[in-house]
Amino acid sequence: MSDLFDILLTAGFWAATIRIVSPLIFGTLGELICERAGVLNLGIEGIMTVGAMSGWMWVYQGGDLWGGVIFAALMGAIFGLLHAIFTVHLGLSQHVTGIGITLFASALSYFVYRMLLPDATTPPKIVPFQPIEIPWLSDIPLIGEAVFSQSAMTYLALLTVPAVWYVLFRTPVGLAVRMSGENPVAVEAQGINVLAVRTAAVMVGSAFMAVGGAFITMSWFDAFYFGMINGRGWICVALVIFASWNPGRALVGALLFAGLEALQVRAQQSVGAFIPYQFFLMLPYVMSIVAMIIMARKTKYPQALLVPFRRGERV
Amino acid sequence: MAPFWAVLASMVLCAALISWAGASVFQAYGLLVKGAFGSSFAINETLTRSIPLILTGLAVSVAFRAKFYNIGAEGQLYVGALAATYFGTGLITLPSGLMIPFLILMGALAGGALLIVPVLLKTHFKVDEVVTTLLLNFVVLLVVSYLIEGPWKDPMSLGWPQAASIIDEGVLPTLLAKGRLHFGLIVALIFAVVIWLMMKYSVFGYEIRAVGLNAKAAEFAGIKVNRTVILTALISGGLAGVAGVSETAGLKGYLTLDLSPGFGYTGIAVAMLAQLNPLAVIPSAIFLSAVYVGSDAMSRAVNIPTYIADVLVGVSVLAVLCSVMFSQYKVRWLK
Repeated sequence: MSDLFDILLTAGFWAATIRIVSPLIFGTLGELICERAGVLNLGIEGIMTVGAMSGWMWVYQGGDLWGGVIFAALMGAIFGLLHAIFTVHLGLSQHVTGIGITLFASALSYFVYRMLLPDATTPPKIVPFQPIEIPWLSDIPLIGEAVFSQSAMTYLALLTVPAVWYVLFRTPVGLAVRMSGENPVAVEAQGINVLAVRTAAVMVGSAFMAVGGAFITMSWFDAFYFGMINGRGWICVALVIFASWNPGRALVGALLFAGLEALQVRAQQSVGAFIPYQFFLMLPYVMSIVAMIIMARKTKYPQALLVPFRRGERV
Repeated sequence: MAPFWAVLASMVLCAALISWAGASVFQAYGLLVKGAFGSSFAINETLTRSIPLILTGLAVSVAFRAKFYNIGAEGQLYVGALAATYFGTGLITLPSGLMIPFLILMGALAGGALLIVPVLLKTHFKVDEVVTTLLLNFVVLLVVSYLIEGPWKDPMSLGWPQAASIIDEGVLPTLLAKGRLHFGLIVALIFAVVIWLMMKYSVFGYEIRAVGLNAKAAEFAGIKVNRTVILTALISGGLAGVAGVSETAGLKGYLTLDLSPGFGYTGIAVAMLAQLNPLAVIPSAIFLSAVYVGSDAMSRAVNIPTYIADVLVGVSVLAVLCSVMFSQYKVRWLK
C-alpha cells in the first residue's frame, strides 16, 4: 500500500493525470452542453473518433497543429448538425440516432484513414503539441511540473471549464440553452427559436467532443490507431450524470477518473505481479457505473431531456 | 417499404465513397453480390455469418420494443460464450442431444444475468441503460481477455490466448457436407419464430408492446411496468447469450478474443432494418451478413477499404429511422 502513496506524491503522476484529463474535459463538457439544451448525444464515441482522425490527418497532410484542432472541431460540428437534424428537427429517437451516428462516424473515420493511407502498416507519426513551461509558475515544486508544464491544448481544456460555466450560467445565451432543456415552451414564449438554440448547442457540444478526440492523437499520442477512443466517449456520458450537469463538478469527476487511470498504469508496475492487468483496465468502466449508482438518486435531469419539441404542440 | 428505401439511400451514399476509391460503382456492387451469393461456398459463408446476427438482432428488437435500449448485446454474447466454455470443456459430459440444449440454456442464463444490474438500475434508480450496458461491454471483454490469457488458457494452444475446445458432445453439428454452416442456424430460426409468436400472440408480448408505446398508459391499465421491463431485458440478454454459445460451440469450437467482430453492435442495425419485427430480423440479418461477406470479396478485388461495410451499416441505421418517419407522414409541398 505504501507504494501507492508514494505514487501519489510524485510529480509524474500528477502531470499524467492533468494530461489524461484533457480529452475527458472536452468530451464531458460537450455532452453537458448538448444535454443542458435537452438533447442526449450518444454520437460522442464516434464524434471523438472523427476528431481524432481528422485533426491528426490535417497535420499529417502538412497543415499546422491549431489548424488541425479547428478542422477537427468543424468536422465535429458537422456531425452535430446531422444529429440535430434527426433529433431536433425531425424529432426522432435520440438514443437510436446517437448510436447510428457513432456507428457511421467511426466507420467513416476508419474508411477515410485507410483511403488516404492504404499501405501504412505501422501508424505514421506527426510532431504533436509540445509542453510549454509557463515562466515562474512552472518553478513551483510539484504543482509547477504537474499543471504548468503541459501542452497548449491542456491549458485550453482547463480554461474551457470556467468559460463554459460562465456562458451557461451568467449570459443570456446560456440561459436560453438551459431553458431549452428545462422548459422549451417558455423559451418559445419569449420569442426565442428553441429548435435553433438546440441545434446550435448540439453543434457546439459536438465540436468540443471532436477536439477531445483530436487531443488524443495530437497532444497525448502522435498517431491514429483503430479503436483508440476505446469507450472514453461513454465514460464522458457517465461523467455528465455524475456531475449533475454542472461544469465545475464535471472537472472534479474527470480529474477523479484521470487520476484513477494514471494510478492504474503506475500500480500495474508495482503490484502487477499479483493482480492481472485486465483488472486495472476495467477500473474506469466499473467506476463509471458505480459513480452513476451513487449519484442516481440525487440527480435532477434536465426536465426536457429526450423530449423533442414541436412548435405549437400542446404539452 | 421503409427499410428498402433506407437500404437504397445507404447504397447511394456509399456509392459516393466507392467512386472516391476509384472503382466503378456498378462493378463494385456486382462484386459484392457475387462475393455474398455467387457460389455455394459464398452462400454458405453468408448464412453462417448471419446466425449470430439473427440472434443479436432478435435481442435488440425485443428490448427496443419495450423502449429498453440494450446496447450491450456484444457483452452478453461474450458472457454466453464464457458459459459455453465453462460448462462445455469437460466440466459436465452429457449425450449430444442433451449437451447442446444444456449449453444453450446456460449461455442464455448468463447473457440474461449480465443485464440484471443495468435493468434494475433503470427500473429502481432511473439510471440510463444505454451507458451501463455499453460500459459493461468493455468490462466483459477484459474479463474474457483475463480468463483466456490466465486460468482458462488452453495449454495446447502454443501461446495463443484461447480457451480449451468444446467437447465433441457439445459441438453443434454442421448442416452440409461442405462449408462451415452449422446447427446454430436452425436454433436461430426457431428462436425467431418463437419470439415472433410471443410478441404477436401472447399476453406478455402485448404487455411489452404496451410498455414501449406508453409506459404511463400501460401502468394505468394494470400492467406491471417494471416487471415487464425486467423480464424483457432477461429475454434480450438471453438471446444475445445464445449467439455467444452458437459462435463458440458451432463456428470456432473454442473461445477467443476475436469471437465477435461487433455482432452485438451490428445487431442494432439488423433490428432497425427489420423495424423490430422478429420474423423480419431473419432477412435483415442475412442482408447485413451478405454486406460483410460480400464487401470482403469486393475490397480484395477493387481495392476499397473493408470499412465500407461498417459505413453502410451505420448509414442504414440513420436512413431507416428517417424513412420510417416519412412513411408515417404525408409529404406535402407548400406553395
